[in-house]
Amino acid sequence: MARSPLILVALISLIPLLCHSFSPETPTGRRILVLVDDLAVKSSQSLYFKSLSSRGYELDFKLADDPKIALQRYGQYLYDGLVLFCPTVERFGGSIDQAAILDFVDSGHDLIIAADVQSSDLIREIATECGADFDEDPAAMVIDHINYAVSENEGDHTVIASDNLIKSDVILGSSKIEAPVLFQGIGHSLNPANSLVFKVLSASPATYSANPKSKLSSPPALTGSAISLVSVMQARNNARILISGSLSMFSNRFFRSGVQKAQSSTKHEKSGNEQFLTEISKWVFHERGHLKAVNVKHHKVGEEDEPAVYRIKDDLEYSVEIYEWSGSSWEPYVADDVQVQFYMMSPYVLKTLTSDKKGVYSTSFKVPDVYGVFQFKVEYEKLGYTTLSLSKQIPVRPFKHNEYERFIPAAYPYYGAAFSMMVGFFLFSFVHLYSK
Amino acid sequence: MVEKPNQVNAGSKSGSPTMQATSKPTDLLSQHFSIRSLKLKTKQQELLIRVTILCLVYVLAFITRLFSVLRYESMIHEFDPYFNYRTTLFLTQKGFYEFWNWFDSESWYPLGRIIGGTLYPGLMVTAALIYWTMNVLRFAVHIREVCVLTAPFFASNTTLVAYFFGKEIWDTGAGLVAAALIAICPGYISRSVAGSYDNEGVAIFALLFTFYLFVKAVNTGSLAWSLASAFGYFYMVSAWGGYVFIINLIPLYVLVLLITGRYSMRLYVAYNCMYVLGMLLAMQIRFVGFQHVQSGEHMAAMGVFFLLQVFYFLDWVKHQLNDTRLFQAFLRITVSTAVVVGAIAIGVGTASGYISPWTGRFYSLLDPTYAKDHIPIIASVSEHQPTAWSSFMFDFHILLLLFPAGLYFCFKRLSDATIFIVMYGLTSMYFAGVMVRLILVATPAVCLISAIAVSATIKNLTQVLRAKPKVAQTGSSRGGSSGKASSKGSLDQSQPISKNGAIALLFGAFYLLSRYAIHCTWVTSEAYSSPSIVLAARGAHGNRVIFDDYREAYFWLRQNTPPDAKVMSWWDYGYQITAMGNRTVIVDNNTWNNTHIATVGRAMSSYEDEAYEIMRSLDVDYVLVVFGGVTGYSSDDINKFLWMVRIGGGIFPVIKEPDYLVNGEYRVDKGAAPKMLNCLMYKLSYYRFGELTTEYGKPPGYDRARGVEIGNKDIKLEYLEEAFTTSNWIVRIYKVKPPKNRW
Repeated sequence: MARSPLILVALISLIPLLCHSFSPETPTGRRILVLVDDLAVKSSQSLYFKSLSSRGYELDFKLADDPKIALQRYGQYLYDGLVLFCPTVERFGGSIDQAAILDFVDSGHDLIIAADVQSSDLIREIATECGADFDEDPAAMVIDHINYAVSENEGDHTVIASDNLIKSDVILGSSKIEAPVLFQGIGHSLNPANSLVFKVLSASPATYSANPKSKLSSPPALTGSAISLVSVMQARNNARILISGSLSMFSNRFFRSGVQKAQSSTKHEKSGNEQFLTEISKWVFHERGHLKAVNVKHHKVGEEDEPAVYRIKDDLEYSVEIYEWSGSSWEPYVADDVQVQFYMMSPYVLKTLTSDKKGVYSTSFKVPDVYGVFQFKVEYEKLGYTTLSLSKQIPVRPFKHNEYERFIPAAYPYYGAAFSMMVGFFLFSFVHLYSK
Repeated sequence: MVEKPNQVNAGSKSGSPTMQATSKPTDLLSQHFSIRSLKLKTKQQELLIRVTILCLVYVLAFITRLFSVLRYESMIHEFDPYFNYRTTLFLTQKGFYEFWNWFDSESWYPLGRIIGGTLYPGLMVTAALIYWTMNVLRFAVHIREVCVLTAPFFASNTTLVAYFFGKEIWDTGAGLVAAALIAICPGYISRSVAGSYDNEGVAIFALLFTFYLFVKAVNTGSLAWSLASAFGYFYMVSAWGGYVFIINLIPLYVLVLLITGRYSMRLYVAYNCMYVLGMLLAMQIRFVGFQHVQSGEHMAAMGVFFLLQVFYFLDWVKHQLNDTRLFQAFLRITVSTAVVVGAIAIGVGTASGYISPWTGRFYSLLDPTYAKDHIPIIASVSEHQPTAWSSFMFDFHILLLLFPAGLYFCFKRLSDATIFIVMYGLTSMYFAGVMVRLILVATPAVCLISAIAVSATIKNLTQVLRAKPKVAQTGSSRGGSSGKASSKGSLDQSQPISKNGAIALLFGAFYLLSRYAIHCTWVTSEAYSSPSIVLAARGAHGNRVIFDDYREAYFWLRQNTPPDAKVMSWWDYGYQITAMGNRTVIVDNNTWNNTHIATVGRAMSSYEDEAYEIMRSLDVDYVLVVFGGVTGYSSDDINKFLWMVRIGGGIFPVIKEPDYLVNGEYRVDKGAAPKMLNCLMYKLSYYRFGELTTEYGKPPGYDRARGVEIGNKDIKLEYLEEAFTTSNWIVRIYKVKPPKNRW
């Protein structure tokens, strides 16, 4: 009996260990659940998983229909990331379903979805919820008769060598991906209503999506550059999602194979897949492009303390510190395009913050001659970086009655009039009363 | 005509000036003699009775207004009083200068409101002074109690003013009757019950006091009274926007006196002193500022001021020039020049924008249909509606019948003072007909004029009773002692009425007056003592059911929402949310920014997704709607909704009223317009209502306030979620969801 409190204490002390989702302070040692259709994927895609585990991730492989899998226990998430390499699963085992996965994302965790030909409705729906609509024909594949990969040519031109990569160092790393990326699978289009999802690897204009085994009777629904091969999305809570139409592009076979694009003479020894997918996984798991803003400060020029209210025409200074996660530590973020707004229904002041290269961004400006409840707003949305959305409310009051200038030159005639009237009245009364 | 009364006045201070206008100095001497020798004892008795009656009336006026405290509790009523209470609290806590410079960031988000510069501080300062005085005297009262009882206290003071005013225009009898009538008149009680802590509570006192002092100044020609009336005017300006009535009525009165040839030095002194000083004093109120010289509504006073100078000048020239023909020519030139100069001044002033045109409120007073066509926000307020006959009857009862009779007496004994009260009565009666709330302004005039009727009638009748055996001897002395010039004449005329007839008529009068007292008490207890923030209804077994949903909701807001949460509601509830919920509101009852209110109206009448965009742009966190479908409470947001549509449509033409109507009919059932069934207000009001059975034998979703089954029972909310609904569903609060994470 006496031991039970001890056990309780021990359990309570374990709780922090159980709930280590991504936090800006300690973004290391993260656990990732990998759901697969078949445990063979573990070996056929082993190069990819190795790159993940070598970067410090704990991978937990489970069959997608394993009845014991669970994303959370006692309200705490057990994993920080989820990799769905199970394109054909109809129903997840355990407590996981579509809503659980979306909740997982909505609470700030990352997700990698790899669909493929014959993807199940479940995977399609999850992708749809993330803004990517896969071709409705489950047998459809992306076909390109111009940009197919020569070496892998099996006659139907479904293995595509694409180099239409997004131009973003933060997503794909600073070293250029030289070799084309091999892709074989289903294409998807992006929901135009969704502003958060964007293409990372897009198809060439000659691409179309159709069933390669059947004769094309009607024009394909998805064609050309509307087709996205690999897309990413950064949700508003900065959860990152990777959607790929091909599971095989993660495979060791594609990683190792050489590549030669049709109609191109250059033959690359190794496809770009490994570099592309490794770099993008770094982005997805927040090793790059993750910003944090701290120490938002504002005060009047010449003062230190933050006031509760400003007066119109006050001069003020605003500063914020922005850091980027480098994978192991927070480094100062250096940019020249961070702006602050002094905002009340519309920005009254819009100023670019100057950086001191040590992470501190600052500026100073004069409060406009308008009173109201203003906000200091920093809305920093840059491709690939986490969205910084800071707002701090501050009322701006008009002058007090004793803050106006007391004597203004324009009023001297009035002063003169008033005093001369007083003197005149006094003299008049005197004369009127005492002159007989 | 002009000079003589002044000289007589110097001789007797007790008599009213009208008496002296007709009586001769010899008469006066004999009166004084007879009073001193014979009536000394009676006069003391009369004084005692008079003071006793006044004291009783004073107490009565106070206690009849305490029904609301007894029925409910000591609480602030309605909407605007909550703002007044909040500001008074601020004043007592932070002091006058902080109050004067108060910029309130909790209302009108994100615009804010300069409280100090946009309110009439008279009420708050009065209450704070009472509070500080009590504290100095070691009465540790809460400021709320002071605020609750301010209006009854000033109502009591008003009865005293009414007494003196009645005495000034007629006689002490009329004064006493006026005090008694005004003490319980429902038209006044409606705005001055305990808890009704509104500007009108002190403003009617200030209004009547200013008028009294001005009439006194006109009657005496004394600079002191005129100065006092200027200060009374200053208090009125500091207390209520209704001061515009004074600054227009007094010039009108002066003008009428000029036209009827009653111009006198007394009038000149009284008006000039009152106008100039009153104007200068009024400019000290920040909210009024330079309006006295810049606003079209105040130009009449200035015009009359200059006219008076021209009149005085002409009078002087006439005195200097003995040639009539020459004066006539001079008069013509002067008058035409003055008119031309005045017209040019007004024309240039208006064209250059120096003189602002009349405001919408002023127009809507002169033209009752104006607001309906042009300013929906004024027309939407129920107390701005034209008055129904029934409410005249309800608020005035027999005074409505006595009013014409009093006018008759006033015309019969025309003097400067009676002309004033007649003009006050007639103009305010017109305004009372235009707007329900202005019954309040008419009430003192109606009471005074009715008091004249009652007093004069009863006096005549009693004189018939008592004087019949010895008409010849007492006739003149009694008529004189009561200070009533026409009584002599009426006594002679009243000979045909027999003694029995007089007794019958007296009983009739007492019966009417007692009916009046009963009616007033009943109205006060039944109609005007409801705080309207706590609702009461009769249950199925005749028991009293209390709906305290408003305070429940505001308390919930105070306890469960972040301190900087912004609440969007229709503007009616803004003051209450800031005062009781202590949360920031988008719009409130100070309807100074029509666009902002129209934005809220637009959000309420849009589809949910469009409304969401608007709410996001205003940083709205919670939406509060008032819904009466469960309790049958009819002044809820659905019934106010067409006004939101109109006000929203006035600024944003995308909102069109016909979209919400079916064949010009406003419905919420199955036959309602599709836009109506899917707009935000409908969804928020009726969310989950379709599952609820409100009344036995009716289908679920039966709206008791409108008596129909609602048309859209399956309401899904996409961008908002229900946060709180009070126990009787009167207030429903919704939380605005953050934007979707993945879209």
